[in-house]
Amino acid sequence: MEKFIRLTGIAAPLFRANVDTDAIIPSREMKRVSKEGLGEGMFADWRYSDVANRVENPDFVLNRAPFRQAPILLAGANFGCGSSREHAVWALKDYGVRCVIAPSFGAIFQGNCVRNGILPLVLPEPEVAALVAAAGPTPLTIDLAALTVHSADGRTLSFSIPPADREMLLEGLDAIGVTLKRLPAIKEFEGAYRTRHPWMFA
Amino acid sequence: MAKTLVEKLWSRHCVADLGDGTDLLYIDRVLLHERTGSIALKGLAEQGRAVRHPDRAFVCMDHIVDTRPGRGDETLMPGGEAFIRETRAAANAAGIRIFDIGDNRQGIVHVVSPEQGIALPGLTLVCPDSHTCTQGGLGALAWGIGSSEAAHALATQTLVVRRPRQMRVRFEGELPAGVGAKDMILHLIAAHGAGGGSGYAIEFAGSAVSALSVEARMTLCNMAVEFAAWTGLCAPDAKTIAWVEGRPFAPKGMAWAQALADWADLVSDADAVFDKEIVVDCASIAPTITWGTSPQHALPITGVVPDPAHAADANAAEAQRRALTYMGLEPGQALAGLPIDGAFIGSCTNSRLSDLRAAAAILKGRHVAPGVRAICVPGSGLVKAAAEAEGLHQIFLDAGFEWRESGCSMCFFAGGESFGKGERVVTSTNRNFENRQGPGTRSHLASPVTVAASAIAGRIADARALAAQPVEA
Ligand code: SF4
Repeated sequence: MEKFIRLTGIAAPLFRANVDTDAIIPSREMKRVSKEGLGEGMFADWRYSDVANRVENPDFVLNRAPFRQAPILLAGANFGCGSSREHAVWALKDYGVRCVIAPSFGAIFQGNCVRNGILPLVLPEPEVAALVAAAGPTPLTIDLAALTVHSADGRTLSFSIPPADREMLLEGLDAIGVTLKRLPAIKEFEGAYRTRHPWMFA
Repeated sequence: MAKTLVEKLWSRHCVADLGDGTDLLYIDRVLLHERTGSIALKGLAEQGRAVRHPDRAFVCMDHIVDTRPGRGDETLMPGGEAFIRETRAAANAAGIRIFDIGDNRQGIVHVVSPEQGIALPGLTLVCPDSHTCTQGGLGALAWGIGSSEAAHALATQTLVVRRPRQMRVRFEGELPAGVGAKDMILHLIAAHGAGGGSGYAIEFAGSAVSALSVEARMTLCNMAVEFAAWTGLCAPDAKTIAWVEGRPFAPKGMAWAQALADWADLVSDADAVFDKEIVVDCASIAPTITWGTSPQHALPITGVVPDPAHAADANAAEAQRRALTYMGLEPGQALAGLPIDGAFIGSCTNSRLSDLRAAAAILKGRHVAPGVRAICVPGSGLVKAAAEAEGLHQIFLDAGFEWRESGCSMCFFAGGESFGKGERVVTSTNRNFENRQGPGTRSHLASPVTVAASAIAGRIADARALAAQPVEA
C-alpha cells in the first residue's frame, strides 16, 4: 500500500453533513469487478449535470478552480455513512484524494480509508469550519508523523489518530500480512475456543 | 465485573489485545455477496492467499440479480452479469458454498443467513455489507465491513476491531395498534439524529423488544447502521431459541444442548454499565414515515413537512432545504395524502414472511390505485415459497402488485431497474438517500403496512384507518 507521511495540497470544501457512500460513488458507477478507474464516477450525481454524457456541473466545488483534483477534502460530520462499498474509497483514491478532514466519519468508511492509504483526519467541527472558511488557493500541509495540520491561514492544528492506523498509513503496511504474523496465537485461540464452544464445530 | 451482552460476546472472541482500544477478534462466519464479495475473493487470489476456513464462509447472490420472473444470470445492470459469473467462479475456486440463482434458498444475504441457521446467537459474523447488523436480531455480534476487511477475515478468521462504546436503547411500554419495529427505529433515528449512534454498539432492550417477534427484531437491528451505530443486537431469549431450532445449519442433538447451555449467559448483567442509555416510551410512537433524504427526516404519518426556517442550526436548515427540493415538497405540507407513483415491499428491512403477512392483511380484497406501480419482492426463495403456500401471492397479485423472485431488487439502483425520475415511492426499505432507488426517485421509508395502505389509496396513507374499514365485496 502507498505510504502516507506528509501531504501538501489544496483542500476542497464539501462541508455537508451525512454525505453517504452512495453519493460518493453511485451504485451504477460501480461497473466492473475492479478497484481501478472509479475516479470518473466519484460524486457523479453532483459533479455532472448530465451524468451519461459526463457534462460537468460548473457549480460543483471540484469543477471549480482552484479545487479541481484537490487531494484533500474538507467534509461535514458523518462523512462516508451508509453503504459499506469500499468503492467509495477506491473512487476517491483514483481521483487523487489522499486525505479527508471531517468532524466524524462513517465507521466502515473510516476503516476502508486506512486500508487504502487515505488519511481520515478528525478535527472538531469548528476547526473544520474555519478551514472551510479559509479554503482557497493556499495549500494545507498535513504531517502524519507530527500529527499536525498547517492551515492556509498560518495556524498549526494538532489531531490524533489510533496508533495502529497511523502505523499502517506511515509504513504502508498490508493489514493481512500484519495479522498473519500472529497466526500461532490465532491457532492457539482456535483450539481453546473449539473446546469451549464445541457446538459451533459440530 | 458486570458485563453488557456486547462485552460478553467480545471477550468470548478476543484473540489478542492490540493496545489502544483495539482487539483482534475471532470471526465465526463470513458472508459475501456478488456486489462486494467478488472483489474480496479476487483480491485474495491475486495475493496468492487462501481462505482459511471455506466451510465457515457463504455467498449469496442478491444485489445485482434480476428479480423478474424467469430470470437467469442476465441483469438489467450494465456489466452485472460479470459480477455474478466472477463471484460464482471465485467462490467455487475457494470452495465456498453459494446460494445461487435457481436455488430456492437464494435471497438477500441478511434474510438467508438467519433463515439457514448460519447466523446464530453468540456468533461473530461479518459481511461486506452495511446492513449485516440485521442479524444482530438473533443475538449475534454481526457487523458490516469493507471488501478489504472481508479479505482479511477470510484469510485469517480474525479482524482488528476497535472496542465500541456501549449503548442500550430501551423501548418500554406497549406499542399502539398498527405500529411496529420499522416505526420504532424510524422514530428513534428522527428523535436522536442519523449520527446518534455513532461509535456505539447498541443493545435494543425493554418490554416492547421482548414482545417483538424475532423477525421484527431483525427489522429493528437492520437500521442500527442508519443510526450510525457500529452494530445493534437483541439478547436471545426463548423466542429466539424456538425460531433458530431445526434450521439447516443450526446445531443438532448433543450440539444443540451444548449451544443452549452456552447461550444461557447471553444477557447483559443486571448491573452492567452502559456509556449511554436511551429510553423510548412506546405509547408515543405513531406509524412513522420519512419526508426527506436522510432516515432522520422522519415524522408521524399525521405530521407536516418541516420548515427549514425553524431548523436547529444553519447546517440542518441547508440539509432540509436540499431535501425539500429533491423530494418536491413545501414546508408545512401534510404527508398523508401526498399522491404517490410507486410502492415497494421488500429489502432486508421488511421482506420476511411476517412482513408479507402484515401487508397482505391490508391488501386482501382491495386494489392498488390506478397509476401506482406496486412491487413485492420476498426476501428469499424460501420466504416466497412459504408465502405462496399460504396463498399470500394471490392476494398481492389480485391487488395489482408484481410478485417477484427474491433479491435486493429496487431497494437500490444499480443502473438497471428504477421507478424513474421524480416518481414518489413509499418503500419498506432502509435508505431514502438521493438517487438511492434511481436517479431522481423520491423515496419515503415506511413499514410494509403503510406501503400497502398507500398503494391502495394512491397517496401516503395511514394504515390504521384502512384496517378499521370493512373491505368492499
Ligand atoms: S436489500 Fe437493500 S439494504 Fe438490504 S442488502 Fe440488499 S441493497 Fe442492501
